[in-house]
Amino acid sequence: MSIPVKAVMAGPAEAKKPSSKRWKPLVYHLCVGLLGLVMIYPILWLVASSLKPNDEIFSHAYNLIPSRIAWENYRSGWAGFAGNTFTTFFRNSMFISVLSTLGAVASSALVAYGFARIPFAGKGFWFGAMMMTMMLPSDVTMIPQYVMFSKIGWLASFKPVIVPQFFAVPFFVFLIMQFIRTIPNDLDEAAKMDGCSKYAIFFRIIVPLIVPALVTASIFSFYWRWDDFINPLLYLNKPQLYPVSLALKLFLDGDSLNNWGGMFAMSTLSLVPIFIIFFIFQRFIVEGISTSGLK
Amino acid sequence: MTKLRENNHLVGYLFTAPFILGFLIFTLFPMLASLYYSFTDYNLFEAPNWIGTDNYRTMFSGDDQYWKSVSVTFTYVVASVPLRLAFALLVAMLLNKTVGGIGLYRSAYYLPSLIGGSVAVSIMWTQIFGDKGLLNSFLGLIGIHSTTSWIGTPGTAIWTLIALSVWQFGSSMLIFLAGLKGIPAQLYEAASVDGAGAARRFFKITLPMLSPIILFNLIMQTISAFMTFTPAYIISRGDGGPLDSTLLYSLYLYKRAFQFYEMGYASAMAWVMLLTIGLIALILFQTSKYWVHYESRGES
Repeated sequence: MSIPVKAVMAGPAEAKKPSSKRWKPLVYHLCVGLLGLVMIYPILWLVASSLKPNDEIFSHAYNLIPSRIAWENYRSGWAGFAGNTFTTFFRNSMFISVLSTLGAVASSALVAYGFARIPFAGKGFWFGAMMMTMMLPSDVTMIPQYVMFSKIGWLASFKPVIVPQFFAVPFFVFLIMQFIRTIPNDLDEAAKMDGCSKYAIFFRIIVPLIVPALVTASIFSFYWRWDDFINPLLYLNKPQLYPVSLALKLFLDGDSLNNWGGMFAMSTLSLVPIFIIFFIFQRFIVEGISTSGLK
Repeated sequence: MTKLRENNHLVGYLFTAPFILGFLIFTLFPMLASLYYSFTDYNLFEAPNWIGTDNYRTMFSGDDQYWKSVSVTFTYVVASVPLRLAFALLVAMLLNKTVGGIGLYRSAYYLPSLIGGSVAVSIMWTQIFGDKGLLNSFLGLIGIHSTTSWIGTPGTAIWTLIALSVWQFGSSMLIFLAGLKGIPAQLYEAASVDGAGAARRFFKITLPMLSPIILFNLIMQTISAFMTFTPAYIISRGDGGPLDSTLLYSLYLYKRAFQFYEMGYASAMAWVMLLTIGLIALILFQTSKYWVHYESRGES
């Protein structure tokens, strides 16, 4: 039964091949392009809404073209809340993200070299501990950490948000280790022959060679710190200390509830650093995700 | 020789010191403290008071909200993780080509997962699914007049969170793309010569070859789905509503700890979560030998 059907189908399909071949790329681009548009439509809508006058945002929400460009949204949004402007919030976010990233990447590189190249007693145990930490839900450590930081008087300061980053981030250690493993051991050996210590080998030979991995780790660290919400929510309980992520929440609270334009404008601005980094370092991001499963 | 080895021990510990110290201070000690708190009544201002297994008992038999939050979380995890991975794989296969513009498509599909974790996107989501939001506006275009607030209705609110999670399939997609590029083309050619159709090639070659990557993704995404907090907090303004329908486990834990100052109860919740995640990861690993294909074994 199935054989004749197949034979019948084979005939015309073969004959049609040239024309179906011409149509295929078009259908492909139409489908993939349309689905891609659906994917990024919300983002386009966010940006478009930030430029619409307040009364227009929800009247024809699907429309992406504002009747006039309402720059005043950016002014009213930037003005912030109760005297704290987005200048403060962006400065806080930058301070936290840049300092955390420096600490996270530098400490992770040191640890990665230790795990990848130096044989020492107990290495397997500590490496196992690190892999477990990677899968540990942060809810388990959140409360005691909060108690700890409150006991040493670190609440309402940037310290609880930044300092833990200086103690290596397992994901980055893993990423950098993968990279160090691709560097031939002969290089280390040759340097050792020349009388280099482990420190010299690390700083003079390894570090210059792992720059791509360090860039990838820096990008992700910056993203994660920039987007972080729960740690600032727990620890930065004064508006002067708010990063952008926490400040945006204020648009949803009571008094400011009606400044939709300002809310969309500041939401859009909060994504700008992420987009800029993405467009500059796209290659590193794609490779970082593909090789180590970073999110 | 012995001197060199001693040196290595010291140098090894010096290089890995940041992690080891951090592990002891910020992971191991807090874990033990949290286990201790879970058997106490602790409000942060007075010393913890040992109450044995009361917290666990209340959780399992006297707290309806807890079970509501468990059921919301399971719905969220069970729906969002497989859907996200399925989308990621489907789109990765669509994009596993060398045609013009492929880089642009890849970026477009990846962008949502790049920004998806931000508060800005969660805020945007509340407006898309609000009563006058983007979704209702589009429905109006095709003649369906809806004034439903999708995030304000108990039956649909959790699904907007699931949609937000699925929308961010981009990073899994990139991992799958890398995996697909690693499958030797000869396998597909040989299968085609043998008369295998597209579906058969997918089930007999693509899926088995990708299965280690699928396992890795499944485990990591399940863990992060269990810990989802920010979008639930933002769309429900911190309370898990309407009618606790978005009260994800982490959000309920946060409320118990930092709104009601029940640190002991919240710590017990955290340990139940840890054990649940551990159990699920274990089950996934254990069953993986039946469906994950490792090349060293499968070549013959």
